[in-house]
Amino acid sequence: MTIDDRPLTGLIRRHGPPPTLSEYEERGGYASIRAMLGDMTPEEVQREVTDSNLRGRGGAGFPTGKKWSFVPMGVDAPRPKYLVVNADEMEPGSFKDRLLLEGHPHQLIEGIIIAAYAIQAEYAYIFVRWAYRSSVTALERALREAREAGLLGHDLFGSGFNLTVHIHTSAGRYICGEETALLNALEGHAVIPRAKPPYPQVCGLWGKPTIVQNVETLCNLPHILTHGAEWYNDLGQGKDAGTKLYAVSGRVRRPGVWELPIGTTVREILENHAGGMQEGYAFRAMQPGGGSTGFLTEEHLDVAMDFESLSSVGSRLGTGTAIVLDDRTCPVGFVRNLEHFFAQESCGWCTPCRDGLPWVERLLGALDSGNGRPQDMDILERHVTFLGPGRTYCAHAPGAMEPLKSALQHFRSDFDRHIAERGCPWRSHATAR
Amino acid sequence: MRNDEHSRSILTEEEKDMIDEELSHYPTKQAGAVEALMIVQRRRGWISDELLLAVADHVGIAPAELDRSATFYNLIFRQPVGQHVVLVCDSVSCWLMGADRLRKRLQSCLGIGAGETSADGRVTVLPNVCLGACDRAPAVMIDETLHGPLTEHELDRLLDSHVLQGAR
Repeated sequence: MTIDDRPLTGLIRRHGPPPTLSEYEERGGYASIRAMLGDMTPEEVQREVTDSNLRGRGGAGFPTGKKWSFVPMGVDAPRPKYLVVNADEMEPGSFKDRLLLEGHPHQLIEGIIIAAYAIQAEYAYIFVRWAYRSSVTALERALREAREAGLLGHDLFGSGFNLTVHIHTSAGRYICGEETALLNALEGHAVIPRAKPPYPQVCGLWGKPTIVQNVETLCNLPHILTHGAEWYNDLGQGKDAGTKLYAVSGRVRRPGVWELPIGTTVREILENHAGGMQEGYAFRAMQPGGGSTGFLTEEHLDVAMDFESLSSVGSRLGTGTAIVLDDRTCPVGFVRNLEHFFAQESCGWCTPCRDGLPWVERLLGALDSGNGRPQDMDILERHVTFLGPGRTYCAHAPGAMEPLKSALQHFRSDFDRHIAERGCPWRSHATAR
Repeated sequence: MRNDEHSRSILTEEEKDMIDEELSHYPTKQAGAVEALMIVQRRRGWISDELLLAVADHVGIAPAELDRSATFYNLIFRQPVGQHVVLVCDSVSCWLMGADRLRKRLQSCLGIGAGETSADGRVTVLPNVCLGACDRAPAVMIDETLHGPLTEHELDRLLDSHVLQGAR
């Protein structure tokens, strides 16, 4: 593979410092900005990105060009407009944005300038989770270099375009990564999701037009502008365009993150890149895109990891970061751990989420400790329905139900054993390990 | 001294300057309030009632409003913590890879469980959601540094060098 096959990660040194501004510029960095500010209108940038078929990499997969198209443009548009970078990566199993933040902050800044110009935003906030200390350090250094070089600030390259970028370090809580809750967090209000409509594109941060964009999504933009929409479309293997940062954690030989053509199969990622299962462990199932995605099993190994292929088998691409369940780990315990996370991280704003998730967690805890009853299975099934899409304010509870729903399908006999055997069949093994 | 004057005098000039600098990046005061708390916490360890009042007063928002944020975020501490804070990832990838063993080891070495502070005030152990280091599971964060993957033996060594010796 060449750097052109891995545009986002080609310059990242896995065990070294990120490229400096001059190193990056020698390899073509920020060239897209000069070209864009020289002779492209914001509408032309939007069209190029729409034609590239880039879809958001934060989990929902919304087409980026389409997202931008709802922002009011022209002299009558409300001002200021804002770009918010969602670097609040906190979904269990997700660690891809960390690589881009720590490994190549200038690429992100270049992407920020492009997105901000396309919607004519004059302010950008990078919303970073507290635990990503080294990301903040790398970003601060890169921002300083970019400001000193005149890549950020007032009247960039004589274009009349102004851009100020500020890092906002958050202090925990998963809900802050939800698009509209993030806006409330940035404003310093109670961190709960907002009703939609109005959508942030029209009425976002402080009531002004706002775009919220994932780190990986933005990092694609410099390459799309440099090489063109057609080149970008050709990078993907199936219907989707571009590359994707895929990751695997769990009992595989080489847990990690790799940039591959979007649409690479589950099998290739697991076997060729993650090195297959560790000695003594067999593959049982996996969540393809983080803790809120439904399980895939052995029959799905040849499915392409893209948006449509994964939804056609009842799961989601999500963040593209897979978590592997091995044959020596209890699936009920696995789901219990996930539901503990979701119950704890509910913001408490709507009743199904606030009261339903702790109930699910308690039921799974009862099963795990040998106090499960047969009728608990029906109650769990009912939660899958009543906490599902359309019943709650945001995607938190529906996301929590995806692994539970698929676990009840794929691992039903394991749940039943917990009830019949009055406890976890794996427990004695786990303590011996 | 009146109560609010006392509160105001608690913050150092340096802290006030840093808070003012932070506030200058936002159109409203509320927006900078969480970072203001973090600026103070980084120096003081935790946010006492007196510090909360002082920050609210300096930022210019109601103490109750500030406390809503302070009590919402899990990494703003409204109770005393030890000199060192150990965040143990309790999410699924670390759970798969043996995070419970690390927690048991912390319990036996330090005599404290998650959410507790050692009697000598040296260290607090807290559970934390996914640290975004799943390829390095099981992982912990000691103060501002990430460590992983860790065996129990490596955890012992880390505790010796970073926590029990008092080196930061």
